[in-house]
Amino acid sequence: MKVLRYLIRKLLRLVLLLFTISVLSFTLVSLSPIDPVQAYVGAEMMRIGPEQRQRIAERWGLNDPPVVRYMRWLSSLMRGDLGTSAIYNQPVSQVIRQRFLTSLGLMGTAWVLSGVLGFLLGVLSGARAGSWIDQVIRFYAYLLASTPAFWLALLLLIVFAVFLKWAPVCCATPPGLLPEQVTFAQRLHHLALPALTLSIIGIANITLHTRQKLITILNSDYILFARAQGENLFGLIWHHGLRNIALPAITLQFASISELFGGSVLAEQVFAYPGLGQATVQAGLRGDVPLLLGIVLFSTLFVFTGNTIADILYHLIDPRIRLGVES
Amino acid sequence: MLEVRSLSIHFHRYTRGLRRTVLTPVVDLYLKVSAGEVVAVVGSSGSGKSLLAHTVLGLLPSNAKVEGEIWFKGELLTPERQALARGRQIALIPQSVSFLDPLMRVGAQVRRAAQLSGKNRHSAAAQRAIFQRYQLPLEVERWYPFQLSGGMARRTLVSMAVVGEAELILADEPTPGLHPEVVRETLNHLRQLADEGRGVVLITHDIQAALQVADQIAVFYAGTTVEIAPVTAFSGKGEGLLHPYTQALWRSLPQNEFIPLPGMQPPPQDLPQGCLFAPRCPLATAECTAERPTMRAIAQNQVRCIHAQG
Ligand code: SF4
Repeated sequence: MKVLRYLIRKLLRLVLLLFTISVLSFTLVSLSPIDPVQAYVGAEMMRIGPEQRQRIAERWGLNDPPVVRYMRWLSSLMRGDLGTSAIYNQPVSQVIRQRFLTSLGLMGTAWVLSGVLGFLLGVLSGARAGSWIDQVIRFYAYLLASTPAFWLALLLLIVFAVFLKWAPVCCATPPGLLPEQVTFAQRLHHLALPALTLSIIGIANITLHTRQKLITILNSDYILFARAQGENLFGLIWHHGLRNIALPAITLQFASISELFGGSVLAEQVFAYPGLGQATVQAGLRGDVPLLLGIVLFSTLFVFTGNTIADILYHLIDPRIRLGVES
Repeated sequence: MLEVRSLSIHFHRYTRGLRRTVLTPVVDLYLKVSAGEVVAVVGSSGSGKSLLAHTVLGLLPSNAKVEGEIWFKGELLTPERQALARGRQIALIPQSVSFLDPLMRVGAQVRRAAQLSGKNRHSAAAQRAIFQRYQLPLEVERWYPFQLSGGMARRTLVSMAVVGEAELILADEPTPGLHPEVVRETLNHLRQLADEGRGVVLITHDIQAALQVADQIAVFYAGTTVEIAPVTAFSGKGEGLLHPYTQALWRSLPQNEFIPLPGMQPPPQDLPQGCLFAPRCPLATAECTAERPTMRAIAQNQVRCIHAQG
């Protein structure tokens, strides 16, 4: 019963969130100075006449007032139709699916790497708080936390792709190959730099949070008692520290999905990695309203799912909540 | 078994403007505990008595400076020996359930304490046995600390301290705000432990509780022991008590004359010269403020007062 109520409440909140976000994005796009037709046609603009231009605008329904256009978009959304992307000339749902699958590898790798490395560094730094190793890790974390993602991406690109030539300069696959010709190793090779960029950026936050949490725990009463029982530093962390930082770490890890998403937009742009992030930039720059709205809704759903999973895990893992509800 | 000689603890702290203040919460402390004996350390809060337990176990923070000597079973207790003795020979009974890991099952915590005390292979059996001894139902094993009632939490904490073979038990304020029945039960447990031949230090602000179980009572004032007296001295009008502070404390109890002692304990960053009690002492003379009185044995008591007489 409780679970059902929880799910219904979550679902209602999601619908409301999606609706609000779609209205907001739609308003912003309508106010944007970009002329979609011009953005679509690009340099060819000089060669088409006003009538032709008028015809395209009509076909896209650009002449109707914004409210009408929004209602039209909404009603086809209700039928499960996200519309057609003008710049890719494909249904929006299909573009998102393809792009997302490409991004998934990138974001997934970065998510796992930054989570694991960030956690380990945080534990190391928190356990030896004040030591030189803590100073080094903290310096590194603060430095990264204040580094813009695209700048780091450019830096890595210049060093590893341009000078050292270890990594390709662009794209998810070697150019000129059909998707079925690309080997797994090649994919991995193209994934390495963008994934590294994203992980490095993500690590800082997780490290600092884990460190802070561990220090708080190491100063707690139960750690004092464990030390009185003869537990050494390793035992303290192994038996009590990890158990108690795991929960906030998991929550943070799932909540970090939104940042990951934001980071991937920039990183994909720099590496010309054909993922969802790059599509977002394209859709924005070239006024592809259906695609932009589709991506906005999709990413909202994605981030929301991440947060909901964190929430549910918290309830499943923490005995104080799990058993407290029963008794 | 345990003897603490002229123990002082200083904390260095940097306050605003990088000014360094020195806190001295424990000054020239003396304490002696024999096997089979409950020694109660009684003092109001802020008298530095909890630090005593942490010092004996070697668990003070790194900005603390310790002077003086701690002897345990005829040997000087060095940091290395402390590390070996923690949990094995010397065990702590902490104040409250907040000293248990909130996310670890109670049984697992007791077993871990057993392992650390040296019962590596038999930790499960040891845990079962200790649960039985303290009448903890078996299912409590699988509980988390927040599910324990006040009484169960106390018994769990006691069982963790004695699941090993520790010879010296330090009980730090084990009866705060508890139901009278639970208080009595906890005190009885401590008495039993002493009767089995262990040394027990009961650190408390509750002199009534101390009187129920202790053999000796050490009275703390401003971080030092002003008097150590057998429990029998705490009777009648307090004729057996030799230090002016102990006498005042005794008179201030509700069942006695209930006369409060005016004034306040000096703060640890601003201790008076000479006798720490001099600012409030009705018998103070000029000699009292000249230097710190030492501990003197008079009759069965140890007293830190130059004017005390048996
Ligand atoms: S030494 Fe002097 S001031 Fe201190 S308790 Fe004795 S009489 Fe009082």
